[in-house]
Amino acid sequence: MKWLTAIIKPFTLDDVRQALSEAGVAGMTVTEVKGFGRQHGHTELYRGAEYVVDFLPKLKIEVAVADEQLEQAIEAISGAARTGKIGDGKIFVSELEQAIRIRTMEVDTDAL
Amino acid sequence: MRFERRVTGNGERGAGRLLALGALLASVALPAWGQAAAPAHIDSGDTAWMLTATALVLLMTIPGLALFYGGMVRAKNLLSVLMQCFAITAMVTVLWIVYGYSLAFSTEGMQAGSIGWHSIIGGLDRAMLAGLKPDSRYQTVPEAVFVMFQMTFAIITPALIVGAYAERMKFSAMLWFSGLWLTFVYLPVAHMVWSGPGSLLGDLGVLDFAGGTVVHINAGIAGLVACLVIGKRRGFPHVPMPPHNLGYTVVGASLLWLGWFGFNAGSAVAANGSAGMAMLVTQIATAAAALGWLVAEWVVHGRPSVLGIVSGAVAGLVAVTPAAGTAGPGGSLVLGFAAGVVCFFSATRLKHKFGYDDSLDVFGVHAVAGILGGLLTGPLASPALGGFGTVTSLWGQLWIQAKGVGFTIAWSAVLSFVLLKLIDKTLGLRVDDEQEMVGLDIALHEEKAYNLS
Repeated sequence: MKWLTAIIKPFTLDDVRQALSEAGVAGMTVTEVKGFGRQHGHTELYRGAEYVVDFLPKLKIEVAVADEQLEQAIEAISGAARTGKIGDGKIFVSELEQAIRIRTMEVDTDAL
Repeated sequence: MRFERRVTGNGERGAGRLLALGALLASVALPAWGQAAAPAHIDSGDTAWMLTATALVLLMTIPGLALFYGGMVRAKNLLSVLMQCFAITAMVTVLWIVYGYSLAFSTEGMQAGSIGWHSIIGGLDRAMLAGLKPDSRYQTVPEAVFVMFQMTFAIITPALIVGAYAERMKFSAMLWFSGLWLTFVYLPVAHMVWSGPGSLLGDLGVLDFAGGTVVHINAGIAGLVACLVIGKRRGFPHVPMPPHNLGYTVVGASLLWLGWFGFNAGSAVAANGSAGMAMLVTQIATAAAALGWLVAEWVVHGRPSVLGIVSGAVAGLVAVTPAAGTAGPGGSLVLGFAAGVVCFFSATRLKHKFGYDDSLDVFGVHAVAGILGGLLTGPLASPALGGFGTVTSLWGQLWIQAKGVGFTIAWSAVLSFVLLKLIDKTLGLRVDDEQEMVGLDIALHEEKAYNLS
């Protein structure tokens, strides 16, 4: 199993959620986060006072998938979150040792 | 405002009465002002308009100014600014009836052309509104309405200063300062300009239709002095202090614009041609100033901003205030546009260049636009420049205006400084560092504007 952590632009969330559903991913967790990558921040100007905003609002989505779903899930997220402009975000993939559904105590892919 | 009323408003109305009634109504002779005579009865049309105008001017402070300022501070200080405006409204109301109206508008001991103690400050013969009855009359409106109308001016003036010391003054110090400032700065200046024959600046011939000197220069200069005496906010200018809700600021500025029709057109103290013209030039100057700031900002910063366009509108409202009774449409267009451009630079450059923390630009907008308007009111009153005043010498009137403006600046600066220092030495002006960091809402009022979650 793999654990996918993706940082995306907030407005792409609906498309990403839909693409993941179509790829057979049954659940996801979304967190509002702030950060910067190559996009850096932006400036705001109020009556001549300039503020550099370093951290931009992003969404972090976390998804657990079976190994064979990995490629589809990556395509779903990247396809839906891509605008082609700087700041589209990243996907990080890591190994997932175990998954347990609390209600039934099913494990691993049965629990996803 | 009485000056204008007598020169133009009453003249027109007097003529109208003559035609309509075919008889000269009992009139009061006003030797110092010559041409005019007020009809000696209460006019229902004038009264209806002045009741309305009074409500409009109150709307300027609560909620207009309160929201305009409130949106510009950080979320942790929103309530403190709303509270300051609201508390000033209540406190000044009480002070106004106890002695304010009397010190500003009592004509006891005043004589046209002679300068004495009562040229500077009124007597106490009208304290607690002594002698006021339902049929007491001020020109053609009940005196009770005039008392109320003028009260709303006395309310907004100290409230304007709030923007300069926002986010760091103790609430108690703010109350003391506002009360003392009203007493020693506002009331004398209002008396000197508006109390009629025998008043210091009125006799000088200073034109101030609706309060450019009395309200805006007065408050703007006090704001500059206040922000210098109290000092910068912690972290200014390195820590970002962006406005927390510009939506409030836009709503507030819009209410100011609306309420200003009461302020300027109401200053005719009649429902007449002078009031109509004041309303028209107010709209023109405000729109021109909003565009002036917009254009200047677009050229200089490459982007038009929301805070910019509404700040420009306020600058235009301020600039046209003294000129509203005398400037023509063309003059107010030029005056407004100039105010927008000049205030763009004073609010965005001057402050950062000199490093004072006039938090919400009371000086950069009110004093600067007030001075510009106060000066240009002179020449723009001349028929040669499309004005409706009796001004014949452009430079002569400009010089008279400059004397009025200069006097107000000096009066406000010196006395504001003394009052602030006095309060700082006794009570302390500033909240402590921790209170400032937590925010005045929690620290002083134990409330939060936003309980989200």
